[in-house]
Amino acid sequence: MIILSIDSATPVAGVAIVDNNKILAENFLNTGNTHSEKLLPLIKQTLEGVKLELKSIDGIAVSIGPGSFTGLRIGLATAKALSQVAGIKLVAIPTLDALAQNLAGIAQLICPILNARKGEVYTALYQSNSVELIRQSEYTALSPSALCDELRDLGKPVTFLGDGVFEYKEIIASLLGSQAHWASLHQLLPRAASLAVLGLKELEQGKGENIFTLKPFYLRKSEAEIKWEAGRCQR
Amino acid sequence: MTDTIILAVETSCDETAVAVVKNGTEVLAEVVASQISTHQKFGGVVPEVASRKHLELINISIEEALEQANLTFSEITHFAVTYGPGLVGALLVGVATAKAMAFAAQKPLIGVHHIEGHVYANFLTHNDIEFPVVCLIVSGGHTTLVEITDYGKYQFLGQTRDDAAGEAFDKVARALGLGYPGGPKIEECAREGSNTAIKLPRSWLEDGSYDFSFSGLKSAVLNYLNKQEMKKEAININDVAASFQEAVIEVLSEKTLRAAKEAQVKTILLAGGVAANKALREDLSDRCSKLGIRLVYPPIKYCTDNAAMIGCAAHYKALRGEFAELNLNAVPNLKFGVS
Ligand SMILES: [Zn+2]
Repeated sequence: MIILSIDSATPVAGVAIVDNNKILAENFLNTGNTHSEKLLPLIKQTLEGVKLELKSIDGIAVSIGPGSFTGLRIGLATAKALSQVAGIKLVAIPTLDALAQNLAGIAQLICPILNARKGEVYTALYQSNSVELIRQSEYTALSPSALCDELRDLGKPVTFLGDGVFEYKEIIASLLGSQAHWASLHQLLPRAASLAVLGLKELEQGKGENIFTLKPFYLRKSEAEIKWEAGRCQR
Repeated sequence: MTDTIILAVETSCDETAVAVVKNGTEVLAEVVASQISTHQKFGGVVPEVASRKHLELINISIEEALEQANLTFSEITHFAVTYGPGLVGALLVGVATAKAMAFAAQKPLIGVHHIEGHVYANFLTHNDIEFPVVCLIVSGGHTTLVEITDYGKYQFLGQTRDDAAGEAFDKVARALGLGYPGGPKIEECAREGSNTAIKLPRSWLEDGSYDFSFSGLKSAVLNYLNKQEMKKEAININDVAASFQEAVIEVLSEKTLRAAKEAQVKTILLAGGVAANKALREDLSDRCSKLGIRLVYPPIKYCTDNAAMIGCAAHYKALRGEFAELNLNAVPNLKFGVS
């Protein structure tokens, strides 16, 4: 079974092609938010690199969020249209699950943190067992200090990864001290191959999304909706 | 050249639109999923909300369009998409979708300028337009005057320096408590009012300029409403609507006619959402017939944002071999007619 994975949830654009137990190709571009220009050429190039046509792909995995609203939309619009035209199954993988997968197998708790602006990170907590990663908490957006308060209570070592590390490493280190550990640079950001690994599992279980109803997992409402609801409550 | 069967996508603002157009004139399918009811509670289009909605509506709209046309993806010869101007997040959904479709179907991609699309709504529905023409494009996002000497050949004459005409309609409608979208509501009220009841300014700008300005007019209406309120005097909404509409139309018509005379063209095209305004059509039509100029405008459904007009514009781009690459990006402030 061959899967094509597509990730543009963060400033990284990633595309991988995985054939069961073999990563055939992985492209990773960490050049900022120009996914609109780069994502589709990257998909084309990745396919050409392994001399495969889209029609020989069995499934597409897409990073569904949370992440940059615009990035998520570019990734999902691309994945849905490829799926619709070529008649390929589509599976949606939570961005934090795919990111945590970079560290699958380590003994410590895994805490992916993605820059969510407004002084917050998108996060969830994971623990590896012998076969897979188990998510220990809800997907949420909160401030690094609130996150550290929760983690301190657990009293166990935690390894952080994600682009939130660049922004909040010092704060977290000062709050958690030796409890905090950091992923190595090559595992720190979303990798399309990790996304593909999780996507393959879904495909093998026969899962597939309905592209006509599939939406990004934004986690947050739009500002306009938040304001509108706040205004309505006051009235 | 063999037939073109173009699947066109338009998501620049608050309509998710998909059409299939054959050879630039035959609309085989058209789907417009309007978001008006979604945005009504916010009193206008909210970009983030619009972008989310486009992504939810786009694939099902494409499916419906193919069903209407009774075609499969493999029978589509080109994929076309609006890539600007417009709301960037909204445009990106259409652009990403169209690019992926073109890549997956291995067919050429065509990027279309939204305003050029509005112009081509005329060619979609009239096959006897003779160049050169002068075209007035008026909508919520644009007020532009161009001379067109051939397919794809534009001589830019002028545009608004502040609010677009349709934007002024929306803002005045909001001030009058008429809601969103404002254009049709103002037009409705204006029919019952006197267009000379309230003295409002006309902004002609410098001598010979084909630019427009509507912010002064909008402010004058708001000032009038404030003054009446302070004096505790009644406001006749119909009179305000009629006087405001008249002030907009007079400037639009005058400048368009002057441009047509100066360029010595025999045809004027009207395009864009405000081209649906009957009072504007009648005023221009009266003035044109006095001068022996032909006035052409699209049916109302092709005045507002739609994808059929994008498919028509794309047909002529296909004939000229103007294709886009897979790195096509959305350009929110894409210029038109300025080379
Ligand atoms: Zn428009």
